[in-house]
Amino acid sequence: MTGNMHLGVEEPIRECQYNQICTHNSSSMDTPHTKKKIKRKWQVFPGRNKFYCNGRIMMAKQTGVFYLTMVLILVTSGLFFAFDCPFLASNLTPAIPAIGGVLFVFVMGMLLRASFSDPGVLPRATPEEAADIERQIDATNGPSGPGYRPPPRTREVLINGQTVKLKYCFTCKIFRPPRASHCSLCDNCVERFDHHCPWVGNCVGRRNYRFFYLFILSLSFLTIFIFSFVITHVILRSNRTGFLSALKDSPASVLEVVVCFFSIWSIVGLSGFHTYLMSSNQTTNEDIKGSWSSKRGKGNYNPYSYGNFITNCCAALCGPLPPSLIDRRGFVQPDTPQPVAQTNGTGACPSNQVQSHMAATNPLLHSQPVILGGGAALQAKTSLGGPCSTLGPSQPSLPSSIPGLSCGGELMALRDSEIHCHHHHQHFISPEETPSPPAALPCATHLGHHVHPAQLFDPASQDSLHEDSVRGLVKLSSV
Amino acid sequence: MAETHSLQDLRQAAVASKVFVQRDYSSGTICKFQTKFPAELESRIDKQQFEETVQTLNNLYAEAEKLGGRSYLEGCLACLTAYTIFLCMETHYEKVLKKIAKYIQEQNEKIYAPLGLLLTDPIERGLRVVEIIIFEDRSIGSR
Repeated sequence: MTGNMHLGVEEPIRECQYNQICTHNSSSMDTPHTKKKIKRKWQVFPGRNKFYCNGRIMMAKQTGVFYLTMVLILVTSGLFFAFDCPFLASNLTPAIPAIGGVLFVFVMGMLLRASFSDPGVLPRATPEEAADIERQIDATNGPSGPGYRPPPRTREVLINGQTVKLKYCFTCKIFRPPRASHCSLCDNCVERFDHHCPWVGNCVGRRNYRFFYLFILSLSFLTIFIFSFVITHVILRSNRTGFLSALKDSPASVLEVVVCFFSIWSIVGLSGFHTYLMSSNQTTNEDIKGSWSSKRGKGNYNPYSYGNFITNCCAALCGPLPPSLIDRRGFVQPDTPQPVAQTNGTGACPSNQVQSHMAATNPLLHSQPVILGGGAALQAKTSLGGPCSTLGPSQPSLPSSIPGLSCGGELMALRDSEIHCHHHHQHFISPEETPSPPAALPCATHLGHHVHPAQLFDPASQDSLHEDSVRGLVKLSSV
Repeated sequence: MAETHSLQDLRQAAVASKVFVQRDYSSGTICKFQTKFPAELESRIDKQQFEETVQTLNNLYAEAEKLGGRSYLEGCLACLTAYTIFLCMETHYEKVLKKIAKYIQEQNEKIYAPLGLLLTDPIERGLRVVEIIIFEDRSIGSR
């Protein structure tokens, strides 16, 4: 090759390098010069979750309220240890900060565990499975005549003497196991779905219910502990120096008392409620729908209960912990077809979904043909990647916003018209029920939460949401 | 009977179809698969053999999810150590899953591959189905 003479500068002879193109489906992990990057499964996960630490941590999309929870607990406990404990330790007993410390560590541990673990997400069906189920459904339904509406896709199964209806999930293309439900906020079917908890930033399901329960239980103890000892502190000080100067000496105590006072009502009430649920082996979802209540019928009972409350509690808290079914950190095999990445009514949303300052964007397009149909939007699974980063929110969300209320065209029927936005704990339960007419959202106006306009009242998506539409219920914690 | 295939040969053979054995929820939410013999396998494998395989799998999953002294002990110990104990040791469930994987591998090698079938470990399908791949039998032609 001759070099071109440009302005007297000789170009050196360039060596051409050729990269071998993989023509067969061998594992591209052993060819170092391959152009395709091997992805981990969390990067191509079709649900609306966020992953951190290279797939080890899994949370819901909206995590603003979770940070609020963390801040409240850390600040209140921090103030307690900094301002009240020195006085109490010296005047009463050093056991107080010790016990408080243990409680605090336990609370944080359980919170993080509940927030970061996989709640029991069911992976979506592979295309062949979906086709097989469709065939079976068509076979059982038979040919449809003119004007004949196809029956809803359900299967009935007899469990322990009770007839349970298994519903077909249009998003995940599976028949949901009993007690599973599709969370519209995370866009996943979750096993033994309890509710989606924005305070924890994740769904509460089979795999993290015990952590959630232990979190709220220990948090109740912690708030009662802090409340009572802060009061004690102020009283003891007042005995010496008078009430007002006691308050002046430890101003933090006022803040702690206020936070704890409001928290106690909600958290203790919630713990009591979940203790009842656990001892009768029900989920919040089932309780709200009254699935096993005797009001429905004389012979209606809970087929999953073990009979006595001790066994139910032991099973929930100490039973075997099933492993995650979604294998977040596994590598995507290039020759296996990935499940359909369709999500409900997200045709217009990709621009909203992709976090602009994320490193990994749109991983699916160049790995395998996943997109089926023009409208199906890919949920670009983004993460902060790299080292285990601090959980900076990847999407600006107001800390005061309650994310569950407006995501995904879900029709929220608020159970109590007087919505206490100031209540510390609100459940967002996503039962799969037929859509009701859009209910007013009194709370939404208070919250500056960004609503995806395309997801609301999209007629095309209403059909696809037929089985999976969510009616989020705001349940007051002091039940 | 068709010529026997080894597990390696099967990977190159063309996939004819897949059969899915669905979950059986009649006992509740525990992992259990239907033992009903799929029609597509009638010409390929003995019904008894198939049912035995599925029944063994069901028993193994039942063992994994069993509530008893051992699982309670493990649960309490884990709680006391703030679940850090699972950084060092596997849960009972994971141990049984490994046993299941080995069992399936063994069944494939001994029984199913020679008949042109391949079982897929249900954990790879989210414990929803047991996927059985039926390979085309080239020597005999289309079936």
